[in-house]
Amino acid sequence: MSDIKTKLAPSRRKFLKTAAGAATLAATALHAPFVIAQRAKVKVGFLLPYTGTYTQLGIAITNAFKLYVQENAGKLAGREIEFVQVDSEANPAKAADNTNRLVNLEKVDVIVGPVHSGVAVSMVRVTRESGTLTLVANAGAGAVTGALCAPNVFRSSFTNWQPSYPMGKVLTDRGIKKAVTLAWKYGAGEEAIGGFTENFTQHGGAIVKDLWIPFPKVEFQSLLTEIASLKPEAVFVFFAGGGAVKLVKDYAAAGLRRSVPLFGSGFLTDGVLQAQGADAEGLETTLHYGDSLILPKNLAFREIYNKTYGRYPDVYAVQGYDAAQMLGVGLDAVRGDMKAMKPLIAAIEKAEIDSPRGKFTLSKAHNPVQDIYLRKAEGGENKVTGVAHKALADPAKGCKMA
Amino acid sequence: MDFATFLIQVLNGVQYGLLLFLIASGLTLIFGIMGVINLAHGSFYMVGAYLAFWLTGALGNFWLALPAGIALAALLGIALEWLLIRHLYRRDHLYQVLLTYGLILVFEELRSLAFGDDVHGLALPAPFGFSIPLTDTLSYPVYRLAISGICLALALGMYLLISRTRLGMMIRAGSVNRDMVQALGINIGLLYRLVFALGVALAAFAGMLAAPAASVFPGMGNQVLIISFVVIVIGGLGSIRGALVAALLIGLADVFGQVVFPQISGMTVYLVMAAVLLWRPRGLFGVA
Amino acid sequence: MPAQATLRALLAAMVIALALFPLVGEKFYLQYATKIMIMAIFAMSLDLLVGYTGLVSLGHAMFYGLAGYALVLMGEAGQASLWWTLPAAMTAAALAALAVGALVLRTSGVYFIMVTLAFAQMTYFFVRDSLYFGGSDGKYLNAKPAMGLFGWHPIELENYLHRYYLTLVLTVAVYLLLRRVLGSPFGRVLVGIRDNEPRMRSLGFATFRYKLAGFVLAGALAGLAGYLTALQDGLMNPEQLGWHRSGEALVMVILGGMGTLAGPALGAAALMVLELLFSTWTKYWQLLLGAFVIAVVLFLPGGLGSLFGRRQGGGDGHG
Repeated sequence: MSDIKTKLAPSRRKFLKTAAGAATLAATALHAPFVIAQRAKVKVGFLLPYTGTYTQLGIAITNAFKLYVQENAGKLAGREIEFVQVDSEANPAKAADNTNRLVNLEKVDVIVGPVHSGVAVSMVRVTRESGTLTLVANAGAGAVTGALCAPNVFRSSFTNWQPSYPMGKVLTDRGIKKAVTLAWKYGAGEEAIGGFTENFTQHGGAIVKDLWIPFPKVEFQSLLTEIASLKPEAVFVFFAGGGAVKLVKDYAAAGLRRSVPLFGSGFLTDGVLQAQGADAEGLETTLHYGDSLILPKNLAFREIYNKTYGRYPDVYAVQGYDAAQMLGVGLDAVRGDMKAMKPLIAAIEKAEIDSPRGKFTLSKAHNPVQDIYLRKAEGGENKVTGVAHKALADPAKGCKMA
Repeated sequence: MDFATFLIQVLNGVQYGLLLFLIASGLTLIFGIMGVINLAHGSFYMVGAYLAFWLTGALGNFWLALPAGIALAALLGIALEWLLIRHLYRRDHLYQVLLTYGLILVFEELRSLAFGDDVHGLALPAPFGFSIPLTDTLSYPVYRLAISGICLALALGMYLLISRTRLGMMIRAGSVNRDMVQALGINIGLLYRLVFALGVALAAFAGMLAAPAASVFPGMGNQVLIISFVVIVIGGLGSIRGALVAALLIGLADVFGQVVFPQISGMTVYLVMAAVLLWRPRGLFGVA
Repeated sequence: MPAQATLRALLAAMVIALALFPLVGEKFYLQYATKIMIMAIFAMSLDLLVGYTGLVSLGHAMFYGLAGYALVLMGEAGQASLWWTLPAAMTAAALAALAVGALVLRTSGVYFIMVTLAFAQMTYFFVRDSLYFGGSDGKYLNAKPAMGLFGWHPIELENYLHRYYLTLVLTVAVYLLLRRVLGSPFGRVLVGIRDNEPRMRSLGFATFRYKLAGFVLAGALAGLAGYLTALQDGLMNPEQLGWHRSGEALVMVILGGMGTLAGPALGAAALMVLELLFSTWTKYWQLLLGAFVIAVVLFLPGGLGSLFGRRQGGGDGHG
């Protein structure tokens, strides 16, 4: 028996070796035709979550970006745009690999994304080196336009600090002095709570307790019990996507809506009002966008987005749309020549973007300088009830360009 | 922490623990009695949750979806055992690890194909869709109490099954000495198939029950998998009673860990396991 | 034995192919190949425990992750030298293995598996939740270590090609080291313990000490893999310590074939190459990979390595 095996083995091995070699050659060769063709089109790579708690956010950004390109007949500055999508899974551990995939394997000209702040930091570390034009369409990690800022990195969204900061003063203006905070324990959650706390304590408020839950867990029961026993005057939270849905529903089911008012940055209610239903009614949040903004650009954008995708856009869609606008501005200035990076970047830096959120410009650190609105959830819409802070710019700690 | 809050946190811990027991009981049956390490157990939990989501939508009623889902899960268990698992009884445990690891990947992707990658919510089923006030600030969702009640009833049912019925006797015998049971004329192959199906059905049932409270999302199986193994090892492999005690212990440790020691809350469960194993290497109620 | 000699020739051919790969390969594939080699080291170190000593550890990533974090922490102040950071990181991993091993090697069977898991998970949660390690987002390596000696800098670890060759050399070194160790009397004792521990004890061997030594060696080598990962990626993440990582390594070992040294390396390569290949074919690549793994279990009882010849270490299943 064993003799036969030994006799057969060499030829089986040889076959396998040749097969393996052939397979590897085939795999590398298959990329060749694509390499040749892509020079004609501008390749945009999306590093966004298409799985898990942030899925809807990733889809919204992608859809809105593509919408802008579609509005311009599929071309920006005369160059056709092609898209590649990589699922970030909102997982920072895989972020470097995924970014490498887009930059070194797919060889994209532009990277758009991500949602998760941890993913963004890894991504930007790669693209700072590679020089790829990076448009951060959501992730608010301060470092991206802070310590890690770079000429080729722009943001069309916010820093985690920005939308939360104004709520601190909103609460103290109403006489609220004792608050509890609750958020996912990762970079974005920590920075968001930090922004709120900074302003809240500066105006005389005191944080009773900071509650944390690991990302992306959504079992809130014991923490809600804790909040009830602490009896603060208000609770400030940061959650988004599926987590925001769960929190709002659980908070209401625990009867806390009546006893302890809930506040949050706008991600708590943006894009998720439908899923939250009646449990979200009356929730007040601060954000750089509001559904009911009566601006011509917003009204037009909402209509065409709804017509194209069958639902109304949220802040994530706005950010995706504006990222595309920024790319358009840059490409227009260099007449489509992506190799002219310096003038392309200069054009975006100087631009005033006509966004559905209102016009905004970019700070020296390449982050939007924008109004933060106070909104109230009413009848399935985030209605703007005032401006919580006008033209707020992120301090951009550590950025060498600022 | 005042007394009322303490009691409510105990309630939270017990409720979580009972659900863990439901998941772990299936695993301890499969491992304790069949000797099979089933890494795909978390996937069966996920299958249950998605079945609840799908069947409630299709049948319009959560309580109708439950028995339908359990039946489907049991069928899945029978099919898996017959197709794949039964080839592995005589081989090293590690091949079970590898095969069930492959199953995890397959189930994740089938889930993605069938239901997409988004997070789904399931409405709390009537008549439990309300909350009862416990203190002046806090109310408690009645559905969570209902889950605990169902889990307790199930624990009782399993105890009766294992200790008072012929089938239970055969299961207990089969875990101690497979060959002897076969020599006595009992069809061990069929017995194992039933036990596996029961284990899968229990995990799926847990997923179905939890779905309205916990929501339905990709990767939900991974989180419960490791905790289930911890529970059955602390309780002692093959012991239903052990699984119940261990699950309650873990549930309470987790809840109080989160609130009292937030810095090390993740570690508490493992500290408990390490402590128990170093004291009683076979688990609390394990047979040598 | 002819099978052994041809296997050796095949391995030598593969090493030469890897050495020449940079001439034709693109940056992305070269970086991916570096990662495969690192995982091969990790898998081989686990095989020392699983295949040769019969100790199934589900917490091996603990030592891998600790060494990686050690490098990141040592690099906080600025650029450090590889010549002391690498031994330091491996020593840290070895010490952790010594501490954990002294406790867990008292248990056996499935309880051993679970206790190793417990310690790894505790370390994972500690690293993730405490303040010093960067939390769940991980921690970045500020500067890749220097490899200069007395002012001579022929190797710049910022360069991905240099990292590739360094990893290749280290992978071959680990393979040769393990081959040496396993062929030695110490290695024979380990195999004896796997096959029948009570018999070894009755023959007068202090089996606990041998197991502990093996555990520490395996931990140190896992630490080498972790160090190289931190070097390659430029960051460490708590996930590198978790049971998923440990499970992955175990899968690579079983897939490749336990009880052979080349088997786990092959398993690592197979799993990672197939993952890349399948993911370029379809979004649902996990389905293909899962089916592949199941097929190997059912139809290739000795793992992938059995395709290339007979095993050195004895029979397949242990019943």
